[in-house]
Amino acid sequence: MIDKRASSAAVAVAAVHDGATVMIGGFGEAGSPIELIHALIDHGARNLTVVTNNTGSGQVGLAALIANGQVGKMLCSYPRSANSTVFPELYRQGKIQLELVPQGTLAERIRAGGAGIPAFFTATSVGTVLAKGKEQRSFADRDYVMEYGLRADFALVKAEKADRHGNLIYNKTARNFGPIMCMAAATTIVQVKELVEAGGLDPEEIVTPGIFVNRVVVVPHPAQESQLVKEGRCYP
Amino acid sequence: MSAAKHHSGWNREEMARRVAADIPDGAYVNLGIGIPELVAQFVPAGREVIFQTENGLLGMGPAPTPGAEDPELINAGKKAVTALPGAAYFHHADSFAMIRGGHIDICVLGAMQVSAQGDLANWSTGESDAIPAVGGAMDLVAGVKQICIVTEHTTKTGEPKIVTACTYPLTGKAVVDRIYTNLAIIDVTADGLAVTALAPGVSFDDVQEKTGATLLDHTQHKPARQSLASVGENI
Repeated sequence: MIDKRASSAAVAVAAVHDGATVMIGGFGEAGSPIELIHALIDHGARNLTVVTNNTGSGQVGLAALIANGQVGKMLCSYPRSANSTVFPELYRQGKIQLELVPQGTLAERIRAGGAGIPAFFTATSVGTVLAKGKEQRSFADRDYVMEYGLRADFALVKAEKADRHGNLIYNKTARNFGPIMCMAAATTIVQVKELVEAGGLDPEEIVTPGIFVNRVVVVPHPAQESQLVKEGRCYP
Repeated sequence: MSAAKHHSGWNREEMARRVAADIPDGAYVNLGIGIPELVAQFVPAGREVIFQTENGLLGMGPAPTPGAEDPELINAGKKAVTALPGAAYFHHADSFAMIRGGHIDICVLGAMQVSAQGDLANWSTGESDAIPAVGGAMDLVAGVKQICIVTEHTTKTGEPKIVTACTYPLTGKAVVDRIYTNLAIIDVTADGLAVTALAPGVSFDDVQEKTGATLLDHTQHKPARQSLASVGENI
């Protein structure tokens, strides 16, 4: 019988190894799987390459993972935001690498990776410093740069509801990178607020089919990053 | 008692209102952060304009009433917003397929510099200690049909933002169609930068003096400028 439920966030992230590439969902705090990230901090895997849109805020969640020295390299589109101090300090000290990727290119690289497409051409970044050193071709008199599909060893994603097959639905703009990251990782780990019986989700409304999901952890009342930052919380 | 302050030009709200006036009924529009965000509140009565935010919402509405904010319902600037009736949520690859696939009609962005050829610089000063952050800006200028810039005409220290060539790192080459500033509305044309409207109390010579590139005076042309939809059809 297929049953992707994991008993805890700690159990779900136990296989993450040193040097792994980990995709982490979220746009700012919306969709950031904060309990899974905290479990990864407890777990302690190091020298991670993290693929995610931002770099976290305060001293919790993604920012705490970076502050804990577990991340060697980040691939993201917007590594600074309000209350974001951890990444900028480490970056200026040369202690963390950054591959800056335009947001749409980041999304398409993840989607392509998940769909078995090794590379593609896009007009985004043509004529800018972010196209330097990249292969270029012209199609119908327009220039394009080649970008590579991205795959990961693990994806950590937050969704709203799942069933034991791993079928997922999301909440509002917290969906963001979740569905494509589920597709692009060898092992996808999802935290959800609610688990329902098989058949409890309308097949017409499922956003991520369970084939893209490996483990599901129920976190009924996830912490809100901005609230933790406001309270001055620090993890661990 | 101080003397009455001399007032000429448009303020931020008036600039946003001028942009909104040029957006046709039925347009799908993406708004950048800053003055562009103000455009949504000035859509003229009788027009339906659908706002997209690249983090995954089509049909974005205004900020919620205090206390009704939902941290999982935000815009690209990570501010709380609402979803209007008829709205849709989607993931990032779909969102940027809308943008990169040419499905969004108009994007309104801020600028650090715009060149006479329509090159845009709006993401980085290029300083060595700056944290580079590009977000979706390069995708928007590469894929949206018409790119409008709304910005103060000069920097806070009075340097021109409209220049012969950008000195800051580019967001995209030859991507800007129209510039709205506190002094004028300027179209990027094959012949060069054409002033199509002047703010109250501002002369063409005033605008030229504060601009780093040569301007054409099209203020007497009939019509001085086309609607944004027809500009796009010519591209």
